[in-house]
Amino acid sequence: MHFSRLSRSRSGSKKWVLPTLVALLLAFLATFIPVGATASAAVPTCSPDATTACVRGTLLDDDSNAVAKVSVTLTPPTGPEETEVTGSTGQWVFSVHEKGQYKVSVDTSTLPKGLKLAVASKTLTVALSSLAPAAFDITGSQTSDGHVVQQSATSLYLLRVWQQFASGLRLGLLIALASIGLSLVYGTTGLSNFAHAEQVTLGGMLGFTFAGVLGLNLIVASVITVILCALTGYLQDKFIWGPLRKRGLGLNQLMIVTIGLSIALEYTYQYFYGGQPVAMTGIIQQNTGPLYMTPISYLSMAIAVVVLVAVGLFLLKTRIGRATRAVSDNRALAAASGIDVDRIIRLVWIISTGLAGLAGVLYSLVQGGMQWSTGLQLLLLMFAAVTLGGLGTAFGALVGSMIIGVVVEMSNLVLSADLKYATALVILILVLLVRPQGILGRRERIG
Amino acid sequence: MDFLNSLFTDFGAQILTSGTAAFAIAAIGVNIHFGYTGLLNFGQAGFMLIGAYGFAITIESGGGFWLGVLMSLLAAVLFALVLGIPTVKLRGDYLAIVTIAAAEIIRIVGGNALLEPLTGGVAGILGSQFQPAFQALSFLPKTGTFTLGPYTYPYTEGDSWWLRIVGWSLVLIFCLIVWLLMRSPWGRVLRGIREDEDAVRSLGKNVFAYKMQSLILGGVLGAVGGDIFVLSSSVQPDSLGRTTTFLIYTCLLLGGAASIFGPVLGALLYFVLRIGITDFAGQFIPSSIMNSQQIPQFAWIVVGVGLMLLVIFRPQGILGNKKELAFND
Repeated sequence: MHFSRLSRSRSGSKKWVLPTLVALLLAFLATFIPVGATASAAVPTCSPDATTACVRGTLLDDDSNAVAKVSVTLTPPTGPEETEVTGSTGQWVFSVHEKGQYKVSVDTSTLPKGLKLAVASKTLTVALSSLAPAAFDITGSQTSDGHVVQQSATSLYLLRVWQQFASGLRLGLLIALASIGLSLVYGTTGLSNFAHAEQVTLGGMLGFTFAGVLGLNLIVASVITVILCALTGYLQDKFIWGPLRKRGLGLNQLMIVTIGLSIALEYTYQYFYGGQPVAMTGIIQQNTGPLYMTPISYLSMAIAVVVLVAVGLFLLKTRIGRATRAVSDNRALAAASGIDVDRIIRLVWIISTGLAGLAGVLYSLVQGGMQWSTGLQLLLLMFAAVTLGGLGTAFGALVGSMIIGVVVEMSNLVLSADLKYATALVILILVLLVRPQGILGRRERIG
Repeated sequence: MDFLNSLFTDFGAQILTSGTAAFAIAAIGVNIHFGYTGLLNFGQAGFMLIGAYGFAITIESGGGFWLGVLMSLLAAVLFALVLGIPTVKLRGDYLAIVTIAAAEIIRIVGGNALLEPLTGGVAGILGSQFQPAFQALSFLPKTGTFTLGPYTYPYTEGDSWWLRIVGWSLVLIFCLIVWLLMRSPWGRVLRGIREDEDAVRSLGKNVFAYKMQSLILGGVLGAVGGDIFVLSSSVQPDSLGRTTTFLIYTCLLLGGAASIFGPVLGALLYFVLRIGITDFAGQFIPSSIMNSQQIPQFAWIVVGVGLMLLVIFRPQGILGNKKELAFND
């Protein structure tokens, strides 16, 4: 009884520990962000409406530095060609007023020497009142003042390996943030939450709403987003999952309920935000530092590490964290020893959705936007990660995420980019063949 | 009155389409997995896609219609073996995650640029590459259209009466087969596995073999559903993704799992309800509140919420029996 009272009062007061922690962290790290430092200069503008469509793109080299002074030519289905020269941001845009097939070509003779272009022209089908992006893949790199960096093939390859490894770490950390929640919910309730993907998307979408639409400061917007995401976890457990547990719904039944929720949320995002990616900020940063990443990537990784360590300490050192692990291990025994299981589960939902929201915000910042389906793409990576690490173990989720993140990005070196998610899923199936309980899981869980 | 008229015309058109028949066949397959055996196969769209690939690629490379069907079924059998052997012994949700992952692998690899000569990449295999082989079998006139009440379709070409007749005949044949199978001793063992695997094992039955047989049979039905699905359009990997699987489950749970006509009724009702929501929203909600792009999305939101409510409040669906509930843990 003593323990029960204690844990009850503690869980009451600690309900907001995580969001507050995250908020403090973000506020602290805020001082490092060079927000607006690279505000774009003289970007050509075009806004699509009923009679206009914008064909546009940005020429970037391997280091994501803008490639300036390159001529881009647009050939419309009828009428004369148009040519434009990219500015200091590498951007080009054409306003067109007719739908149809447009050809966009880059004049390779105007490219800085040493930069190469695999495909120099593309044909796009353009519909009115839309944005038609055309991406050109430039290989090679240059310094920020436009000098091309001359490098041998070997050192270029090693650089690429290192870069892929670094982006793997980044992806791994972000997946870890999201999948620890998935794993904690699974551990404490046995539920495979398919709607967890949409919690990640929610982070990006709310972040866009506060930062991109309402124009709040990036930090403030992120903090509000994470708190709101955590709140959705609280509300979900209070009004959906808690009552359903009391009703005694089976786990498979609950899993299909989460699928229904996932479908509903996906289309809710499409309903309100449309099908295109939405970005929290329009700032394009340059890659720098030893990992060749944008400053915001470094910051995101730092935030992820700090929050992951905090969650780890919370689970290992605090009383309520130990209670969480106890519920995860054996719910009946935990309840018998006086732990208020329902309160723990509610806390787990809050942490889980809060972390997913944070992952969504960071992912959106790192990738430059979030789409209704982004979370969905990540969900299978998360499932692969938690299965690899051991379903229901928080630390397994961390290990699994890092492995999946690195493997997915490194696979880019040998496989084409669109196969990278398939790689993760192949790993998932192989793991189940060889060691179904995962790296840190225990045998009895799988029976 | 005009609105009601067009609404019921839309309902009828939707009921007749081969797409609905394809969903019904795939749902009958999932019914064998989930409804009768208790296997959570979340990769039915993968079975449909791999079946459709086997079918279309064989015909495209000159193998003829029947070889195409055979390859389609073989592809599904192989897929079931690859999936089932490592996972059928594990707990239900592992199978769910692995099947959904495997289906995604098929979709991603099928859409890969490297395989473009074979699968056509993301754009897929055009219907004109393989549909003529199916149309050549038609005993209806080869050209021209036929009108029945408000519905006018070609006899044989494209989205035709011939395809509708074949699709819905297959639905009836598979219902009959499932009915016969499930009242046989084999079907009783499957239900036994669903209720209590250990009890069946203690009777000396090879549970693993029965589960594999169930997975293969349901997967083969998925492949046939996939073939029917692509015969009115093209083999596009992204049209047979996760969402398709989830919708098949929605159809099955709506009609009632572990019942013979449940999946068919579910597929019919699902499509009718969705088109009803779209038509109603289009008619009565002003476009200032919901524009024409948002209407189908609104219908999907209703489908998602409907699935949640259905599973919570009536898990046995319309025709199912609460005693035969497939949700056991």
